[in-house]
Amino acid sequence: MRKILRAILLIYAVSTITFFLVRLMPGNIVDRLVLQYMTQGIPEYEARQMVASLLGIDFSKPLHEQYIEYLFNLLRGDLGTSYEYMGVPVASIIMYGLPWTVFLLSLALTTSFIFGILIGGFIGYREGSKLDRTLTILSMGLQATPNYIVGILLLYYLAFVYRMFPRKGAYDIGLTPSFTWEFISNVLWHSTLPFLAYFITSFGIWALNMRASTIRVLGEDYVMAAEARGLRDKRIAITYVARNALLAPLSLFIISVGYIFGGSVFIESIFTYPGIGWYITHALGTADYPVLQGCFLLITISVIVANSAGDIIYSLLDPRVRVR
Amino acid sequence: MRVRWVAERIRYGLSVVASTKSGLASLAIIVAYALMAIIGPLMIPFDVTRTNLSESLLPPSLEHPLGTDYFGRDILAMLVHGSRDVLLTATLAAIITVSVGTVIGLVAGYVGGFVDLALMSIADVMLTIPSVPLMVVLACTVFRGIPVNPFTMALILSVNSWAGLSRAIRAQVLSLKEEEFVEVARCLGLSGRHILLNELLPNLLPYIAISTVLSVGSAIYAQVGLYMLGIVPYSAVNWGVMLNMAMAQLGMIFTATYAGLLAPAFAIVLLQVSLAIFASSLDKLLNPRLREQ
Repeated sequence: MRKILRAILLIYAVSTITFFLVRLMPGNIVDRLVLQYMTQGIPEYEARQMVASLLGIDFSKPLHEQYIEYLFNLLRGDLGTSYEYMGVPVASIIMYGLPWTVFLLSLALTTSFIFGILIGGFIGYREGSKLDRTLTILSMGLQATPNYIVGILLLYYLAFVYRMFPRKGAYDIGLTPSFTWEFISNVLWHSTLPFLAYFITSFGIWALNMRASTIRVLGEDYVMAAEARGLRDKRIAITYVARNALLAPLSLFIISVGYIFGGSVFIESIFTYPGIGWYITHALGTADYPVLQGCFLLITISVIVANSAGDIIYSLLDPRVRVR
Repeated sequence: MRVRWVAERIRYGLSVVASTKSGLASLAIIVAYALMAIIGPLMIPFDVTRTNLSESLLPPSLEHPLGTDYFGRDILAMLVHGSRDVLLTATLAAIITVSVGTVIGLVAGYVGGFVDLALMSIADVMLTIPSVPLMVVLACTVFRGIPVNPFTMALILSVNSWAGLSRAIRAQVLSLKEEEFVEVARCLGLSGRHILLNELLPNLLPYIAISTVLSVGSAIYAQVGLYMLGIVPYSAVNWGVMLNMAMAQLGMIFTATYAGLLAPAFAIVLLQVSLAIFASSLDKLLNPRLREQ
């Protein structure tokens, strides 16, 4: 109960911050649109009223009134309408970008997690060996490499120089989304490079984490006891070591799930991949506040929800931790 | 006395790092980058605004070891001059992050009660907002009114990075508070200021050192990324700006952007990897078991 209350308070705080952050932004779209109407020969006062009714937001109102209106709209699930795509609700823009982001990042996150766990467990068992040292340094180096650098290099070599992969987008223009093989293969083909950029730079962190965790578990008394009981090595490795060593990286993984919804601003921008991260940068460029506000709320709320869910899942997995 | 003690700790830390081959190599590379940033720009004269389109996109030669960019500027000179902006900003950001995080963590952990609750609530809100989108928005907002310089950029880079650190420091303070030496100091009637600065802080130093190195790394990541997106108005030479320009040319004349793209990319990767290895070598300070190997 206290956890839920805390989560609600956090969501309130974050939506307030979002509201004021977005109001701070320069490049007032109202003035821009008013100017546009005025050049068409419409008097300023009428132009202002037209813009206000078009956007559904009155910037001339005092800030606190805007704020209260914003909170009430949020409670009703109304995120407002986009400025750039006149009249399109923000919610439907988010619903357009979200599937791409979730598709790309959940795939990339889970594969890098599984791959990292396998490598980490493997080298953790062989601590100090030559293979361990090589793979540890490799993992460390790759996780320190910025994902956008790998993205740019992949784009340069595989899309521009060798033309093996498309340069941008989530699928070819001209295809209509459907469950045909043609469309699905096209989507996979387009998402290969962004996927690789994410995968290459993130499996290392899981490998290092799993390695450290495995080494720690190997030092535990119950592993020695299992060995003394003469259990088969394979059984010890899987049911005693791997299962316990998995807990630490798993709790990190659950937290990372919440960050999926924010997309990856850098990777999505490089590959012009139409996910949430791309919409954020795009909305900044066009001063589309409602979209920006909506994306931000979505990101933070999903982080909060995932963290709370993570606490509960973790307590189910590890009986030593109980949610109070 | 205090200065000598700190110098001794730093010397000891570096000797632990240098005791392994990879640690020594990373230290050497980082020192080389620092030298490049400090004295490099003095040795290679360069003016960003001087463009010469007749020398556009030249291949590597004796005069231009890495070739020239679209505007006919020497890529090597841009790389060297860019290192100053990148490193200065990242170092400032790390200093801000670590000092704010340490002070807040120390105070929250030591004082406890309402102060602890208030400070950690702020930290929790900050931790909830994903940092890259937040920095993207801030960079877009703040720099319309305020000029971009290493200090303002560093402020944006550290806006929510202190939160995770302050939580970690607080957790360590809470466990250190239970130790006997703190209890003894309290029984002796030593002031809270003395306990914080002379008893708790020295025990946290290895952790603070590692956090500083890691913060430099993440500040470089975010800063170069922001410039690469092209959303920060740029005045200085910066590796991210170089990447941004090379990306812009990718659409038009991509075969020629070879050096313009690879040079900053390589510079960033080498530095980031060295910082990561350096930080993991410092881990041995925290974990004596690793030191024996």
